[in-house]
Amino acid sequence: MGELRIQGLKAEVVGREILHGIDLVVGSGEVHAVMGPNGSGKSTLSHVLMGKPGYTVTAGSVTLDGVEILGMPTWQRAQAGLFLAMQYPVEVPGVSLDDLLSEALSATGRDASIVHAAVAAEAERIGLATRLLDRPVNVDLSGGEKKRNETMQLAVLRPRFAILDELDSGLDVDALRACSRRVEEATTEFNLGVLAITHYTRLLEELKPDVVHILANGRIVTSGGPELADELEETGYAQWVTDDEIAAPSGEADPFADPFA
Amino acid sequence: MTSPDAPTASPTWLDDRRQAVSRRIGDPVLPSTEEEVWRYSRIGELDLADWSTVAEPAERGLPAGIEAILAAVPERAATVVVRNGFIVHSEVELTWSERGLYVGALVSGPEAETALGSVSGDGIDVFSQLNDVNSADPILISVPRGLTVDAPVVLIDWIDIEGCAVYPRLVIRVGANADVKVLDWHGSADVSAFVAPVVELDLAHAARLGYGSVQMRGPRIWQVASQVSHVMADATLTSSHVALGGDYARARTDCRLIGKGATGNLQAIYFGENEQTLDFRTFQKHDAPKTTSNLLFKGAVDDHSRSVYTGLIKVEKVATGTNAFQTNRNLKLSEHAWAESVPNLEIETNDVKCSHASTVGPVDLEQLFYLESRGVPTDVAERLVVAGFFQEVLEAFPVPGVVGLVNDAIEQRLDRRSER
Repeated sequence: MGELRIQGLKAEVVGREILHGIDLVVGSGEVHAVMGPNGSGKSTLSHVLMGKPGYTVTAGSVTLDGVEILGMPTWQRAQAGLFLAMQYPVEVPGVSLDDLLSEALSATGRDASIVHAAVAAEAERIGLATRLLDRPVNVDLSGGEKKRNETMQLAVLRPRFAILDELDSGLDVDALRACSRRVEEATTEFNLGVLAITHYTRLLEELKPDVVHILANGRIVTSGGPELADELEETGYAQWVTDDEIAAPSGEADPFADPFA
Repeated sequence: MTSPDAPTASPTWLDDRRQAVSRRIGDPVLPSTEEEVWRYSRIGELDLADWSTVAEPAERGLPAGIEAILAAVPERAATVVVRNGFIVHSEVELTWSERGLYVGALVSGPEAETALGSVSGDGIDVFSQLNDVNSADPILISVPRGLTVDAPVVLIDWIDIEGCAVYPRLVIRVGANADVKVLDWHGSADVSAFVAPVVELDLAHAARLGYGSVQMRGPRIWQVASQVSHVMADATLTSSHVALGGDYARARTDCRLIGKGATGNLQAIYFGENEQTLDFRTFQKHDAPKTTSNLLFKGAVDDHSRSVYTGLIKVEKVATGTNAFQTNRNLKLSEHAWAESVPNLEIETNDVKCSHASTVGPVDLEQLFYLESRGVPTDVAERLVVAGFFQEVLEAFPVPGVVGLVNDAIEQRLDRRSER
């Protein structure tokens, strides 16, 4: 069984440490939810794992099946089997979905001729309207359509581990169900390991977590089974974060943090 | 089909006109970069004595290298090939000539004497005047009122004499409620030459013209081009320009919206490499109420290449209810490349919607990260983003058949880029 192993991960943005040492192991086919309040470092974690420019890792390691990925550029991490479903999928004018996914598949020596059919099939499963598939990547898509598009790409690319960065934000109930169900199916269909980063528990109604971690102020403060998410639903984050942190989230220093949160 | 075997004899009125302009400009004085419209240009490097005008057509056959262009637009209403300033091939499909479409030598066309200079007047600058004097075989496309020509008219302007100076002239007159699409392809062999084309676009009431020009001259060509248009009431001009070739290639666009409700859509893409300079000057002139102009120029500069964009929106007092937009976006692909972008507004009335935007910057890092996060290597991701940058304009190109050729040329540039 494969694993994504995060050990003692510390990272900073413009000289300010956001992640103060994260330890996490996700096995293939498992779903781990990382839940935390605004400013806890959730998005930083997802960006650092994918190698987004602008962050400095100061300590720790991240291995995929024992291979260190922190030194790799983003595309090599993706080729090694990591996928990031972004909180704010970027519009890329003039680049078609087919071209993007064909390049992605052929770059790892896979058959790119299946792209068109695979996109059509997955789009139907996820409920992404066919007319949207001919648009340039994410251009003029609504928030919900972009998230379906991320999920559709995940299903076509079949990565080994997927980081879902607030997949549930900006999604209506139907889209949320379609996307989370598709990811849940992927955990058995191709043994996908999932790191679902979210603020709310609603993502976890269809996507059943094996482990729930609470991230607060750049640290995993507690981990447990699915019941931890239920507990959160009842009590909120108050018991894990000080009032100070809620009043002044440390994420203020994070230029990539959700500006609308 | 007609392929003239001798140059069309020029009528007296044309000789007179040439001589009159020649007397007026005397020994031509070239502009300098002191003039705003020539600022940042390489006009100081130009010496007209380095080139000689072509008195006689050296070759009357079709130049090699145009087959792919013709093949890309197999259905054509008319085809004209001009070589070193002389018509070497001219044909109009019978079905269109019967309905009054004229495409060919201006001197043999309808209202020839008034057509020439009907838009450019006394000439926008000295190069336009030199064109008046020296243009060997002016071309006229004349579409009678009410005619919708549903296959494109294709012109190929080809240069293949070393050291020549050529002054191509094209006049397009679109009658009331008529509709036509024109491809104007500027190509060349790898020769050193000076070319100063003038294009006049004359749109009558409610006429529609889609004018697509592709400048793919060789790397040693100097080109100073001028396009002037008059757009009458409710008429729509869509002009789309692709600029890839030349050592120094300048394209000045003067769009004058004269009639109420006239529209001018002006688009261009350009991609410089090596030491190229690509130079664009635009004027959106609103002379009537409820006129609309929409300008989008997008370019990339690589290596040591340079681009210049300066644009002016001028809205006259009478032009109430006007919409005028101007956008210039530049990708700077190398640290030695340089892009200048200077937008300007001159507005004499309050009742307008106007905007201008101009950017110069590297490839968008968020876009790159997104593509790379799917497993696409950095160099491939960058290629996709750069090629994608041009598609917004190419998708609306009036003669879509040649977009494949343009994309091929862009891809070749990107190939050379990754080899360096």
